[in-house]
Amino acid sequence: MALKIVKGSIDRMFDKNLQDLVRGIRNHKDDEAKYISTCIDEIKQELKQDNIAVKANAVCKLTYLQMLGYDVSWAAFNIVEVMSSSKFTYKRIGYLAASQCFHESTDVIMLTTNQIRKDLSSPNQYDTGVALTGLSCFVTPDLARDLANDIMTLMSHTKPYIRKKAVLIMYKVFLKYPESLRPAFPRLKEKLEDPDPGVQSAAVNVICELARRNPKNYLSLAPLFFKLMTSSTNNWVLIKIIKLFGALTPLEPRLGKKLIEPLTNLIHSTSAMSLLYECVNTVIAVLISLSSGMPNHSASIQLCVQKLRILIEDSDQNLKYLGLLAMSKILKTHPKSVQSHKDLILQCLDDKDESIRLRALDLLYGMVSKKNLMEIVKKLMLHVDKAEGTTYRDELLTKIIDICSQSNYQYITNFEWYISILVELTRLEGTRHGHLIASQMLDVAIRVKAIRVFAVAQMATLLDNAHLLTGNMQRNGICEVLYAAAWICGEFSEHLENPMQTLEAMLRPKVATLPGHIQAVYVQNAAKLFATVLKSQEGNTDGTVTQDTSQLMIERLPVFVQSANLEVQERASCILQLVKYIQKLQQKDVEVAEEVSALFAGELNPVAPKAQKKVPVPEGLDLDTWINEPPSESESEDEQPKAIFTKEEPKHSRARHTEVDEKELARRREARKQEQANNPFYIKSSPSSQKVYQETPGVDHIPVIQIDLTVPLKVPGLPMSDQYVKLEEERRQKERAEKKKKDKKKRKEKRSGRGKKHDSGPESEEDITPAHMVDIVTEEMPENALPSDDDEKDPNDPHKALDIDLDNLEMSGHRPLADSEKIPVRSHRAAEAAKSPVEDRDADGIATQLPKKKHGKEKREEKKKKDKDRERKKSKDEKKKKKHKSEEKDGDLLGAEVDEPVVQSEEPSQASEPPTSNSAEVSDLDFWLSNAPVPSNIQEVPKVAAAEAASAAEVISGGAQDSEPDEPKDAEMEATKPSKHKKKKQKKEKEDKEKKKKKHHHYHHHSDGVGEESVQNGTVEEEEEPLPSMSNYCLLAENSYIKMVYDIQGNLQDGSQVVVSVIFENKCDSFLKSMEFNVLDSLNSKLQRPEGSGPHDSLAVPFQLPPGVSNEARYVFTVQSIVMPQKLKGTLTFIVKTEESSTHEKLDFKLHFTCTSYLITTPCYSDAFAKLLESADLKSSSVRLEGVNMPFHHLLARICFHHHFSVVERIDSCASMYSRSIQGHHVCLLVKTSGQTVSIDAKCDEPMLLGNVLDEIKQTFSQC
Amino acid sequence: MIKAILMFNNHGKPRLSKFYEHYTKDTEQQIIRETFHLVSKRDENVCNFLEGGMLIGGSDYKLIYRHYATLYFVFCVDSSESELGILDLIQVFVETLDKCFENVCELDLIFHVDKVHNILAEMVMGGMVLETNMNEIITQVDAQNKMEKSEAGIAGAPARAVSAVKNMKLPEMPRNINIGDINIKVPNLPSFK
Repeated sequence: MALKIVKGSIDRMFDKNLQDLVRGIRNHKDDEAKYISTCIDEIKQELKQDNIAVKANAVCKLTYLQMLGYDVSWAAFNIVEVMSSSKFTYKRIGYLAASQCFHESTDVIMLTTNQIRKDLSSPNQYDTGVALTGLSCFVTPDLARDLANDIMTLMSHTKPYIRKKAVLIMYKVFLKYPESLRPAFPRLKEKLEDPDPGVQSAAVNVICELARRNPKNYLSLAPLFFKLMTSSTNNWVLIKIIKLFGALTPLEPRLGKKLIEPLTNLIHSTSAMSLLYECVNTVIAVLISLSSGMPNHSASIQLCVQKLRILIEDSDQNLKYLGLLAMSKILKTHPKSVQSHKDLILQCLDDKDESIRLRALDLLYGMVSKKNLMEIVKKLMLHVDKAEGTTYRDELLTKIIDICSQSNYQYITNFEWYISILVELTRLEGTRHGHLIASQMLDVAIRVKAIRVFAVAQMATLLDNAHLLTGNMQRNGICEVLYAAAWICGEFSEHLENPMQTLEAMLRPKVATLPGHIQAVYVQNAAKLFATVLKSQEGNTDGTVTQDTSQLMIERLPVFVQSANLEVQERASCILQLVKYIQKLQQKDVEVAEEVSALFAGELNPVAPKAQKKVPVPEGLDLDTWINEPPSESESEDEQPKAIFTKEEPKHSRARHTEVDEKELARRREARKQEQANNPFYIKSSPSSQKVYQETPGVDHIPVIQIDLTVPLKVPGLPMSDQYVKLEEERRQKERAEKKKKDKKKRKEKRSGRGKKHDSGPESEEDITPAHMVDIVTEEMPENALPSDDDEKDPNDPHKALDIDLDNLEMSGHRPLADSEKIPVRSHRAAEAAKSPVEDRDADGIATQLPKKKHGKEKREEKKKKDKDRERKKSKDEKKKKKHKSEEKDGDLLGAEVDEPVVQSEEPSQASEPPTSNSAEVSDLDFWLSNAPVPSNIQEVPKVAAAEAASAAEVISGGAQDSEPDEPKDAEMEATKPSKHKKKKQKKEKEDKEKKKKKHHHYHHHSDGVGEESVQNGTVEEEEEPLPSMSNYCLLAENSYIKMVYDIQGNLQDGSQVVVSVIFENKCDSFLKSMEFNVLDSLNSKLQRPEGSGPHDSLAVPFQLPPGVSNEARYVFTVQSIVMPQKLKGTLTFIVKTEESSTHEKLDFKLHFTCTSYLITTPCYSDAFAKLLESADLKSSSVRLEGVNMPFHHLLARICFHHHFSVVERIDSCASMYSRSIQGHHVCLLVKTSGQTVSIDAKCDEPMLLGNVLDEIKQTFSQC
Repeated sequence: MIKAILMFNNHGKPRLSKFYEHYTKDTEQQIIRETFHLVSKRDENVCNFLEGGMLIGGSDYKLIYRHYATLYFVFCVDSSESELGILDLIQVFVETLDKCFENVCELDLIFHVDKVHNILAEMVMGGMVLETNMNEIITQVDAQNKMEKSEAGIAGAPARAVSAVKNMKLPEMPRNINIGDINIKVPNLPSFK
C-alpha cells in the first residue's frame, strides 16, 4: 500500500503537466490531432487514479484542450471531484474547468450545490472567491434558487473582496431566479454606499444592468445615483451611472433638466475621453427627451456637436468612430445641427477604416433631402464600385435603398433614376440582398403608376440579359431580382413594347436552373404575356403570330412540367393544357383573346405588411369560444365501439342534409350576401377595389410628362443612372427658369396638380418638383385598424422576468415580502419563518416604516377628509388651502372618485400595497425633481414630509371634532403619525421630564439613564461632554383629546414576552374615562389578556385621566418569532366627559415591534466576548453610516440607549458592543468611526435578526 | 455586459477563450475563427471597434480589440459597456499580465493559460467588470499564488525540480525563440483613471 503511494507520487512527477502537453502539441504540428488523441487517452487513465493531484493535473490539461475545441464534457464528473478538493490549488483548477465547460444542461451540476455552498461559507476568502467566480459562469436556475440566500449573506461579508464578488454575481442570480430580486434588492441598494469603492462599483454595475432592461422600476433611485454622480471620482462608476441616466431620462424629462448642468460641467472639466464621451451621449439622450417640451437648449446641442466635431476630427480613429456614433443620435432629433457638418461626414465616407465608413453611412441617412439625394447616392454608388469586402458593399447597398425609400420615397423626385439605380445595383456580385432590390422594384412598380412603362422596359431588358445575372452560380442572391422582373413584365405586360420577345426570354431553357420559386413566377407570368400577345393580335386576321406564340409555349413549357419543384410543375402543366386547348380553338378560328386575358384581369393593390395583424376583432366575436361543442372526453377515444360510429353518424348527418331544400338554400345565400355586404372585413369582389381607384386620382387623370428618351435604353452592365443626375440638373435649371416666369401667379395651380403624396410631404428647402407627376399608391390597411405597438418584447428575453416593481419594497424596509417571495433558506429556521403570520404582514404592508415617506394612500385620505371638511366648515377650509396649495389642484378632481380606492385599500391585502406605495415613492421623486438646488433637497425631504404630516394630523383632529366616531378610515390615519414624531420630539422631551416621577425601572429617558448604561464596563469616560437628552418613547397615536406614547422592552424572565409601556396623556379640558385598550392579535404576537376573556376583548385601562394628567399602563405581549419587526393594529376607546355632555371617542394606533425591542441590555466582559466571537456559528453583516455628526461617545450612548446594547470595550474611535435577545441570540457589534463615517460590523447567530437590528440602527442615525 | 473575451495570435491560434454565455464548442470555435477573420484583415491604424460579427451578438454587440505584437485581445461587449472604458480595460489586462509574468510574451501565455485565466477572473466576473485597479488585481493574484505555493510545500518541491529539468532539456524554452515581446506602452488614450 505504502509502496503504491510512493510509486504514485513518483509517477506523478513524470506525468505530463499542462506545459508538457502544450510543448508536445507544438512539437507535433503535423499530426496534432493524433497526438492530442493519445494525450486524451492518457488523461482518461489519469482520471481513473485516486490521487487528487493527478486528477487535477488531468483536468487542467482538459481545460486547455477545451479551448482548442475538443469535447471534454465526458469528464464533467471528474471536474466536480477536483472542485471538491480541500486544497485551494486543486479547487481552483476544478472551478476553472467547470466555468469553461459547464452549462445549464450539464447534469452533474446538480451535484455541486452543496459543495459550492460549503465553499461559499469557507473561512478562506479565496475559496469563496473562486467558488463565486466559477458560479458566475455556470449558474443555473436551480443553483440560483438554492444558493441565493447564501450569496445574499455574502453581500455583507467583512472582506470587500468577497462583497464585491457577491454583489456582482447577484445579477446572474437574478437572471436565473427572478424571484430573488425583490428580497435582495434592499441590500443591493445598500451596497451602493459601501465604503469599499470596488463593492460600490460592483453594485452600480449590477443596478445599471438591471435598469438598462427595465428602466422605469429604477427611476426612484435617481436621487441616490445623482448623489453618487456628484460625489464619485471613480471614472468607471461615473460612466456606468451616466449611462444609466441616459436610459432613465426618456422616462422622466424633469430628470434631464436636472442633469444638464452637472453633465455640462463634467464635459468641461474632465480629462478622460471616455467620461467626456459618455457625458455627451447622455446629454444627447436628455436633449432628445426634452426636445418636445423645451426648445431652448440650443447651447447644449451646440456644445455637444462641437465636442463631437472635435472627436471626429481627432487623429485617433477610435474617437472619430465614437464621434460619428454619437452624432447619429443627435441626428434623429436635431438634424439641422448635424447637417451643417455634412462636409466632415462625407469626408469620413472616404476613410480607410470600414467601421468609420459604416458610421458615416448611418449619418447620411438622416442628411438627405430632395436636393442632394441624387448627389449623395451617386457618391455611394462610386463607393459600391470601389468596395472590395462584401459586407461593406452589402451595407452600402442596403443604405442606398434605405436612404431612397425612407418615409415613403419622400426624397425621390425622379423615379426613373431610382429604377436605374436599382438596375445598376443588380450588377453587384455575390450580394446577399437580391431580395431587397427585388422588393424595391416591385414596390415602386406597383405603387408608382406613372413609372410602370419605364419599369417594364427596364425589366424586360433585365430578363433578356438574365444570363449576366445567373451566369455565375456565386451570384445566387441576385437572381431574386429576376423574380421581380418577371412579375413586373407579366403583370404590366400591356406596357411592353415587344411582349413576344420577352415571352421568349422567359421561356429559355436556362430558366430551369433558377430557384424553384422564381421559375414558378416565370411560368405564371409567361401565361400573362401569352394573354397579352393574344389580345394585341386580336384585330389581326393573320393568325400566324398567335399561332407562333402558342407553339412556343407548347414547345417550351414541358421543361417546367418536369420540374422537381411542385409549384413549378403544377403551374406549368395547368398552363400547358390551357395553351393546348387555346391552340385547338385558334385552329378553328375562334376568338379567344378576351377569355384568356380575363384570366388575369383586375389589379392588385399593395397591402401594408401588418394589415392582417391590425384587423380589429369585430364586436361580439369571441375567438376563444368553441364554434362547435368540444368533443367530450368519453366520446372521443377507444371506449366507443367503432360500430356505433359507422352506423349512426352518417345517417344522422345525411338526414340533416336532405332536410335543406332549395328554397332554404336560396334564403341562406341571400342572408350570407347581406351579411357580407355589411361586413367591412369581407374582401368583396371588384366593386370595392374599383372604388379605391376612383377615390385616388387615377393614372389617366394625371398629366404624364413624356419621358425624355435622350437616355438610350440601357443594357444592364452599363452605368446609366449618372446621366440622370445631369439630366435632372438640367431639368431643374430649366424648371427654375420657367418658374421664374410663371411664378407670381401660377404657383398655386401647380401645386394642386401635383401627385397626392408629394403634396403632403414637407415642402423642402427649395420647391423641387418631381420629374414625373407621380402617384404613390398608399398601402392598404383594414378599416378601423387598431393602432398597436409593433415592437413587442421578445418573450424569451430573460430580462423580462426581472421587470419587477421594486419601489414598494423600499417603502417599508424589506417587510412586505410575501412568504412565497422570500428566498428559500435551507435550514430548520425556514420552518420558523414560514410561521410568520399573515395578518401581521398585512398590517406591516399598510403601515409606513420610514416616517419621512408618505403613503399615497394617506394622501388620498387627506384629500378626502379635506373634501368632507370643506363641505362642513368653510372657514376652516381656507386655512388648509394655504397649506395644501400644491395638492389642491388634484384634490378637487380626486375628491369625487376617491371613495372607492380608499375602501379598496382598507382591505389588508398584499395586492393593494404596490400601487399606493409606489405613488408615494413617485411623489418623493417628484419632490426631488421639482426642487432646483441639489444638495439641500435631500435633507429637506423629511422636513417637508413632516410638515405635510402635521397638517394632515390637523385635518384629522378637525375631523374628530366633527365627531364621526365610526369613521372607518381612521385606522389609516395613524400611519401618518410617526412622521410627526420628529417634529414633536422636543415637546415630548419636556413632557418626559415631567413624568419622571412615574418613571419605570426600564424607562430611561435622559442622560442619567444613559450614563448608567454606557459606563457598564467602565470604558466610557464620564468627563466627556454631556449627552443630549434622549427618549425611547415614541408616539403611538394622538388626537385632540389624548396622546399616547409607548416603549417596548423585552422580558428577561420569559423569552417569549415583551412589555409595552404606554403613557396616556390627557390633552383636553375634559375628563377622560372608561378607556379601553385593544389590539388585533397576529399569529406571531398576542396581547396577553386576563384568563377567561376572549381573544378580541379589549383591556380596560386601570385609571382615569383628569385634564392635563398623564399616566402609564403596561401590557404584556407574547411573541413567537423575534427575527423580524412587525406591526400590530389597535384601538383605544374612551369617553370624554364635559360638564354638559359626554361623548364616546375612538383612537386607532399601530404598535411597532422593532427587532431592537426584543434585545435586552446585557453586560458582557471582554474575554467572554472574544470567546463568543471565536465560535464559528455567528453570521456577520455590516453597515455603514454616513454623515454622522456627533461625538463618538454620544453615538455609543445612542446605540446603548435606543438599541439596548452595552459597551464591552472601547479603544479610541472603536468600540465593541453586545446585546442579547429575549430568546438568547447573541448580537455583537464592532463600531468604528472615522470622520463622519461610522462603520458597524456585526455578528449574530440569527442573520435575519441582525439585518433588521442594523437597519434600525441605521435608521436611528439617519433621523438625527 | 461582456459576452466573450478572446485572445489569439496573428495566425488565429486561440490563446485564451472565455465565453460568458453558453455556446456549443463548435460555435465557439467558429466564433474564434470568424472574429480572427474580421480582426486580422484590419489595418494597424484603424479604429479598435468593429461591428458585424455574425455569430456572436447582433446589432447590440461590438467587438473591441487591441493588437499587441503577436497577439490580438478581443472583447465582445454590448451597448451597456463604454467603448473607451473597455479599451482601457484591455490595457489594464495586458499590463497586469506584463507585471505578473515579468515582461510577458506570447509563450508565457501559451504555457500558462491557467494563470491567465486566474488573472482574468480577478478583473472580469461572469461578464461584468469586477476590478479595474491593477494593483488590487495583482495583490489578489499574488495572494492566491502564495497560498498555492504554501499548499504545495515540500511535496511540491520534487515536482518543481522535475519540471525545471524538463524545461532545461528542451530547446524551445520561452524567449529562445523570439516570438516577440509584448512591450506594451501604447501611447493613445489619455488617462482613463
